[in-house]
Amino acid sequence: MMNDSVERKLALSHMSVAFAAFIVACILGEYQVLERSGIFPALESPAVYFASVSTHGVLMAYVLTTFFIMGFGYYTASSTLKIPVWNPLLAWAGFWIALTGVVLAAIPLLSGLASVLYTFYPPVQADPMFYIGATLLVVGSWVWCGIMLVMFYQWKKDNPGQNVPLAMFATTANALLWLWTSAGVALEVVFLLIPWSLGWIDTIDPGLARTLFAWTLHPIVYFWLIPAYIAFYVFVPKQAGSFLFSEEAARAAFLVLVVFSLPIGFHHLYMDPEQASGWKLLHGIGTFIVTLPTFVTGFTVIASLEIGGRLRGGQGLFGWIGSLPWTNSMVLAVILSLLMLIFGGFGGIVNASYAMNAMVHNTAWVPGHFHLIFAGTTIIMYFAIAYYLWPVLTKKPLYSNNWALVQLWTWFIGICILTTPWHVLGLLGQPRRISSVAYNNLLTLSWQPYELAMIFGGLIMLGSAVLFIYILAKTWMSDVSETENDYVLEYAEPLHPVKNLPEYLNDFSLWNKTIAVLMAISFGIPILQFFFMDTFDSSAWGY
Amino acid sequence: MHIDPLEKQWVQIALGICAFFIGIIMLDALFHNINAPSNVETIDSARLHLSEEFAEQNLGVQVDGEGQVVVRMIAGRYSFLPKEISVPAETKMTFRWVSSDVLHGVHIPMTNMSTMVVPGYVAQVETSFPKPGEYPALCNEYCGLGHDHMWSKINVLEKDEWQQLQLSMNGADNDE
Repeated sequence: MMNDSVERKLALSHMSVAFAAFIVACILGEYQVLERSGIFPALESPAVYFASVSTHGVLMAYVLTTFFIMGFGYYTASSTLKIPVWNPLLAWAGFWIALTGVVLAAIPLLSGLASVLYTFYPPVQADPMFYIGATLLVVGSWVWCGIMLVMFYQWKKDNPGQNVPLAMFATTANALLWLWTSAGVALEVVFLLIPWSLGWIDTIDPGLARTLFAWTLHPIVYFWLIPAYIAFYVFVPKQAGSFLFSEEAARAAFLVLVVFSLPIGFHHLYMDPEQASGWKLLHGIGTFIVTLPTFVTGFTVIASLEIGGRLRGGQGLFGWIGSLPWTNSMVLAVILSLLMLIFGGFGGIVNASYAMNAMVHNTAWVPGHFHLIFAGTTIIMYFAIAYYLWPVLTKKPLYSNNWALVQLWTWFIGICILTTPWHVLGLLGQPRRISSVAYNNLLTLSWQPYELAMIFGGLIMLGSAVLFIYILAKTWMSDVSETENDYVLEYAEPLHPVKNLPEYLNDFSLWNKTIAVLMAISFGIPILQFFFMDTFDSSAWGY
Repeated sequence: MHIDPLEKQWVQIALGICAFFIGIIMLDALFHNINAPSNVETIDSARLHLSEEFAEQNLGVQVDGEGQVVVRMIAGRYSFLPKEISVPAETKMTFRWVSSDVLHGVHIPMTNMSTMVVPGYVAQVETSFPKPGEYPALCNEYCGLGHDHMWSKINVLEKDEWQQLQLSMNGADNDE
């Protein structure tokens, strides 16, 4: 077995940044539900609240995810392809560029000079350092994308006619997805926000800025989700004592995710006046198409679990569920993750429904939904991946499997208690992104009990998050050192060996061209229109 | 390449579910004309006071020559102007929202009156309110530190009650 100390160090460094950002953001999250409830008058401060919401969003959505994905990707690439990471020096350069970006963005965020939330909608303007920092984070992640692509194509060249291992195929798909995804926000930041915040240009068109941001805003959530799906397909079946039901279906699911998550961002702009209804409908249709790979994933993963349950002696229609190894953290996490995906997916279909969206748009329903899908479905799999990788990366046994199970259960329970009332608040008309309830209206009385429940849910999640960090830290700092090869990643075997795999399920060039055509169709005219219409720009505003 | 027959069936079911949802949405959009606010109409948000339509005296509820109720509102930090309006229940009406400064959004809870208010653009929503009552119109997009305080009051009155109010207000105008 090759010496993977460079790869292990890369993975550990990236994931440490990710989880440090995570725990800080969790503390901010609990502060926010407390502040918003209004039961602690001493906490009330819109200035602190909105600085906190902005920081919480940036840390969770951009720092935790990007660093986790990079670290996981480097280790996946080298462990599945059995080759070292290409150009480790470049990989470290990417790490430091991204980390510098995080520090640069954190300074204005924490000092209240960038309280523009993580969606930074102009014409409210932040300190230029915030936009520059965010850009560096993305540039650092592009280095990772480049390394993944080089390793993918080098391996293919050295192993002609062979199938790229599924984990690497999906990781490269995600790198490609991220390059396409981040282009939209990069255009917005480089050509609009940075020159405008530095005073090189005086005005900005919020309609154009929102359109470019919508380009990024949907596929970015699949960038975050794909590591969870990778774990579903390549780790879960083996941990459940089973086989992957269909590797071909898995590859197709990843490809459809990548291709169709891109041209559909206008479901974030359904309620916007600067885009016409035809474009919104087109993106709306694409939004339903992108549910297909999730339907397929649900089927394939549950089928793989069922085989595992039956191999372990489970009988009858549902008996196999009870005989699954519920005490395996990966298996427990996937069960909880899928449960949350069912409810979150239902909410997502409501959001995607072109006309029904008007009832929930920008209400508390929306953060309720994305906390369920992101903090729930996605992050619980990040936990499981961390528990699985940590002994491999640190070469030390996991501190406690039982505490890991407690952590996963409490996270799930906390998510349910936090997000259920959050959805209800949205249906009761509460807007998202408010720091207090100051409306002199009877309706607001019905909101109070739900806000109290959210404090409790958030508290359980914060406790669970602390436990997660504690388990990882105790593992890493332990004196127990195992012999070299005790821990290796075990990738699931397909139920039916993959023979005669068509090239389109083993390569991206066809899909890259498909994406280019779909993006030109769905974003071409909607972006170009701003250069042909008589538009009126906005000057910069504080907040 | 091997795809299990059960999985093929499931893909067909999933395709059917998607087609069903898309079908309903297209039916409503194309035949019942249920669309999101999408009029792509530009306006200079810095010069609203000089525009005829959104000059102060034209804000609020008006009935145009064809008897259509039109409500013109300005979203500006931290209020929707006018602060309070009265509209008739069970009547089709057109809301026209503009921003005088930054990005805002507005919705009236329990109704489908919802739109983003983007500076530089006019947001137009057609709706009707089935139930009379006192509704808040709430800002639902972060617009600055006073965002929580941004709201206005919408009184939805029974049709005849509203008509009487209109008559008495017109009468008051004539007395001046």
